[in-house]
Amino acid sequence: MSTTQTRTRNRPGNNRRTPLLPTGILLLGTLYCLVPLVWVVVASTKNGSELFTTFTFWPGTSLFDNIGELTEYRDGVYWRWMANSALYAGFGGFLSALLSCLTGFALAKYRFPGRTALFNILLAGVLVPPIMLAVPQFLLFAEVGLTNTYLSVLLPSVVSPFGIYLGRVYAAAAVPDSLLEAARTEGAGELRVFGSVALPLMLPGLVTVFLFQFVAIWNNFLLPYILLSDDNKFPVTVGLYTLLNQGASQPVLYTLVITGSLLSVIPLIALFLSLQRSWRIDLLSGAVKA
Amino acid sequence: MPVARTALGTGFAAGALALLTSCSMLTGADDGTVELTFWSWAPGIEEVVQIWNEANPDIQVTVSDQGAGEEVVTKLLTASQAGHPPDLVQAEYQALTTLAARDTVADLSAYTTEAEEAFHQSEWSQVTMGTDSVYAIPQDSGPMMLYYRSDLFDEFGLKVPQTWEEFAEVGRQVRDEHPGHHITSFSSTDPGWFAGLAQQAGATWWNTRGDAWEVSVDDEPTLRVAEFWGELVEEDVVSGRPMYTPEWNAALNDGSLLTWPSAIWAPGVLSGNAEDTAGDWSMAPLPQWEEGERTTGNWGGSATAVATGTSHEEAATQFAIWLNTSPEATEALVLRSGIYPAATEAKEELAVSRPPEFFAHQEDFYEQAAQISEGAASVTWGPNVNITYSSYEDAFAAAISDGTPFTEAITTMHTDTLSDMENKGFSLTS
Repeated sequence: MSTTQTRTRNRPGNNRRTPLLPTGILLLGTLYCLVPLVWVVVASTKNGSELFTTFTFWPGTSLFDNIGELTEYRDGVYWRWMANSALYAGFGGFLSALLSCLTGFALAKYRFPGRTALFNILLAGVLVPPIMLAVPQFLLFAEVGLTNTYLSVLLPSVVSPFGIYLGRVYAAAAVPDSLLEAARTEGAGELRVFGSVALPLMLPGLVTVFLFQFVAIWNNFLLPYILLSDDNKFPVTVGLYTLLNQGASQPVLYTLVITGSLLSVIPLIALFLSLQRSWRIDLLSGAVKA
Repeated sequence: MPVARTALGTGFAAGALALLTSCSMLTGADDGTVELTFWSWAPGIEEVVQIWNEANPDIQVTVSDQGAGEEVVTKLLTASQAGHPPDLVQAEYQALTTLAARDTVADLSAYTTEAEEAFHQSEWSQVTMGTDSVYAIPQDSGPMMLYYRSDLFDEFGLKVPQTWEEFAEVGRQVRDEHPGHHITSFSSTDPGWFAGLAQQAGATWWNTRGDAWEVSVDDEPTLRVAEFWGELVEEDVVSGRPMYTPEWNAALNDGSLLTWPSAIWAPGVLSGNAEDTAGDWSMAPLPQWEEGERTTGNWGGSATAVATGTSHEEAATQFAIWLNTSPEATEALVLRSGIYPAATEAKEELAVSRPPEFFAHQEDFYEQAAQISEGAASVTWGPNVNITYSSYEDAFAAAISDGTPFTEAITTMHTDTLSDMENKGFSLTS
């Protein structure tokens, strides 16, 4: 709406010139973000000696050799790490999204004593960087003997203050009270109200939280690094780190790490591309508006 | 909405699938056999362990790679405190004292009377630290030697230096006549390298006097070595760039660094980082401080230790002894992991074997190596080598960038080491 107005107002005087400065800044920003990515793509096509001898942005010849080598490395432990990352991020993200929506819904739609206090504590939680919690989490898990288990990485990932906050905001905006009232009058229990009425309306919020959490868990390094000591449970981030850190007497496995990094980004891109649609469309729709 | 649902469904289905595939990995065996985990960073170690596992169905060893260096020591200490240490761990010699002082590695002396005979006294002393206890079984050592680009030495008409003095002269010649080349680089990020060079000169950073520690990181030999390198860096004869960076790798490839004072395991690093220079490198003994001497230091080298937290101490020790003394294991370690074995018999066997592929033209590579390794100085490592090492990195990085004397950096290392030991409550002689 507002765009049309601006356009009509500007047309006679400005002749719709491209705004050079903002475009330039955006282009610079794009370049800044894309150059490292291009580097990874190009570098992953080089073999060990090409990597340090040929021009940086000139593609090499051995992308598939590199992938083959990575797959063979210690009996394919890399793919094990990828599977682990998928487990942590996929399952963790899913549970986190569900929990966030449930909690957010409760906070938005029910009045109970301590609601504001709870929400404020959550808000404070958003401000605490997860890295700060890694060490206390380690100590707590050590206390109950849960370190070095899949659970130790999954559990902290499931609870996300930001997700809950988002869930609450989303529930407040997307789920009309009248609909809930209607459902209750029809005789639906509270669980049913959430499952059949609120949840479908909150799906886009669910997807958003899922995406956020998926990316956060996929990229998480410190928590699994501290908590896990069995390399078969490593996510891909920690695994790649051990490849880099081979000590002085071994050649650093640069090509494997670079190829591994490239492959580890692909699932993230795929996920974004496949979920992007539902995310965007549904943010615009809603039960009452549509 | 329907579009959205399908897309969402696919996303979650993918997640669920990943979950299912991963879940099948959670199951563990539990049929009465002893299962040991072994932290090791040696490449190809799984294949060596495989030999053991096939021959010993009742003691199964699983390798877990946690990376190498300082981090793995920290990780081991945390894992032990959390109550789930591995059963066996590969530890560098300089970390052993730290681990023993923190009661993380077990005393194996009850099982090792026989195994002791497989090692030369200087190797064995690294795992006993002069006590009656045995904290690990020596695995490999890293005697230092000089690697040089023989093709460029020929091309430039340079003489392979026998003494450090000659080394400096050759370095000056290179600087004057061949701009863009350096004789080598001084690395502020590799304290183990400097420690080896200092040992060659006769440095003794730690010593035990009865129950007390004697610390002298700033002893005369160390100061001499630091002064020597400091002058060369200042004159731009030696580059002050650290090793193991992409830039350093490029220098290995393009020949801008003519030599690398390194250790026995260097062929593996060179072939990994500068594959195309195969045949261009040769190995010679490290230059000496006095003409005619034959001494060297150790850079790297590690042992197999058993964690105190293990419930299978005897089985773990059995494996550690097998890994480092039995001919089948040491041979496989040499072949698969490219290590230089610590066991005497394995060394002798290696001396008559083929040179590493990367040095195919140097027929007597291992024979020379064996001679060189006989001149390796024996070392006592202190209980806080990590502090000394990180102080080295900070002090030398600063000295190189600010152009201050290297001897001052040594003084910093000494005071840092000493005050840390005081803080930790070690008794010191002074």
